[in-house]
Amino acid sequence: MKKNYSINRILVYVFLVFTFIVSVFPFYWMVAGMTNSAVDVIKGKMTFGNQMLSNITTLFTTYNMVRILLNSLKVTGFTVLGILIVSSMAAYGFQIYSSPAREKVYGLIILFMMVPFIALMIPLFRLIVKMHLLNTHSGLVLTSIASVFIIFFLRQSFKAFPYEIIQAARVDGAGEFRIFFSIFIPSMKSSYAAAAIYSFMASWNAYLWPLIILQTDKQKTVTLMISSMSSAYFPEWGVIMTAIVIATLPIIIVFFGFQKYFVQGMLGSSLKQ
Amino acid sequence: MTEKGISRSFIKPRDKYGWLFISLALILLGVLLFYPIVYSLYLSTMSSKGIVQKFVGFGNYVKLFQDSMFILALKNTLTFFLIQVPIMLFLALILATILNDKTIKYRGLFRTAFFLPAVTSLIAYTILFKMMFSLDGFINGVLLNVHIINSPIPWLLDPFWAKVTLIIGLTWRWTGYNMIFYLSALQNIPEEIYEAAKIDGANKVKQFFYITIPLLKPLILFTAIMSTIGTLQLFDEPMNLSQGGVTSATIGPGNSLLTLSVYVYNLCFKYMPNFGYAATVSYAIVLIVALLSIIQFKLMGDKK
Repeated sequence: MKKNYSINRILVYVFLVFTFIVSVFPFYWMVAGMTNSAVDVIKGKMTFGNQMLSNITTLFTTYNMVRILLNSLKVTGFTVLGILIVSSMAAYGFQIYSSPAREKVYGLIILFMMVPFIALMIPLFRLIVKMHLLNTHSGLVLTSIASVFIIFFLRQSFKAFPYEIIQAARVDGAGEFRIFFSIFIPSMKSSYAAAAIYSFMASWNAYLWPLIILQTDKQKTVTLMISSMSSAYFPEWGVIMTAIVIATLPIIIVFFGFQKYFVQGMLGSSLKQ
Repeated sequence: MTEKGISRSFIKPRDKYGWLFISLALILLGVLLFYPIVYSLYLSTMSSKGIVQKFVGFGNYVKLFQDSMFILALKNTLTFFLIQVPIMLFLALILATILNDKTIKYRGLFRTAFFLPAVTSLIAYTILFKMMFSLDGFINGVLLNVHIINSPIPWLLDPFWAKVTLIIGLTWRWTGYNMIFYLSALQNIPEEIYEAAKIDGANKVKQFFYITIPLLKPLILFTAIMSTIGTLQLFDEPMNLSQGGVTSATIGPGNSLLTLSVYVYNLCFKYMPNFGYAATVSYAIVLIVALLSIIQFKLMGDKK
């Protein structure tokens, strides 16, 4: 009986270690690939080579990586900021000033969250063209800052905020907006952090929508550039690996730095119901 | 809650602030969400070639059934849904159950590692997989070396294996993500339930099927529906796994990776644009998502 138990144990560990290797290996491979030539990468070379410097140089000279990174940073930065302002005000409005009429509006918005983006894409594209925002970063940001998911997520976490504090501030004569900006926001930092990380990821990794509205090389984001590099006739895999590492790095850093908020943000608030 | 009492005396006079706070979001959602949904529906009754548009009513919807490309895309998408989602969710459940066992060593390390793929961008991991699964690439090299296969598998060159590659990729990317949901829910199940089951003679496998799965049912339903929406929107991966990426003539060998979302994109931006018909296909996706969600609700019981 006891022996049987330990065999099961070993099998469980074998399964865990196997899954561990499968999960982590591509990360190792991408770092190794960064140091290898295109031929070595495609042949599956697993060890480190000596092409790193040349890959990095090609990436920053031929592909103008600095401008591409700045494009991504700019778009992501403004999008996250916009989402946080718009969504947190909305979540606050829905939660703190709860009224039957607004609950109906809220229900409708949540229902629309189920509609896949692809169904909105065509009208949005026409709108962008009409407003002469095609190939502009402002067009991309403007169409990305209304996030139903973040409104939903923030409202769930705002439920934990003690209403008495708002009441007390009102008695002290503070205005409604002052209460929101100088009392509420500072005390909900962790919810904001989770929402920020989630929107950062979504915006930094976005592909379909930027692909449609940013059609010139000058405006491209990192994701678009990696995709178009690999679509080339003779893809320079070593250089592409370098670009992938650079594009993934910010998210890995955020992940290990703020793991708690990160997971909280990914889970949304589904667990609190 | 106490808010009921408060609402009469405090909230009423402040009602306008409620609208003020949500106004910015309402305007944006009105233009960027509500208007597109309605306009898409209107467009789906039009046929457009270039700039010429004419009303066809349900014509486009009838056309769907005769459109072999649409049927192929639908078949492909449903194949990915029916095969990949169950495998992934089952694997996620097993991993979560194992990692919830406090006697397992290095649980934190395993959890972090399993979740790590969920951090990568869809484009990045797709391209990594495209390289690893090339004909003389890493995966074939390993399989040949340990003599599991005698000749290289044409992963991305054969319609069947291309689908397998995409399914492996999707499972790699999303299993850990779903596992985290289950893990946080499992931590809320009191251990006494399992203790009692053990005394009654239920082994680990029985505990898994008779305790863990029933208790996590609402969450399994939630993740299943999220995965349904995700699968029906598959775009980044099939597009970038194909030879030549965005510019490729077919999506995967013999269009084996052509999904509904990719088809909508092609109808708009690759072929002679027919926005009306593309809107019809996109509405078909909405209907399929709704239908599959309702089926899953029915299958998993009525509990909310």
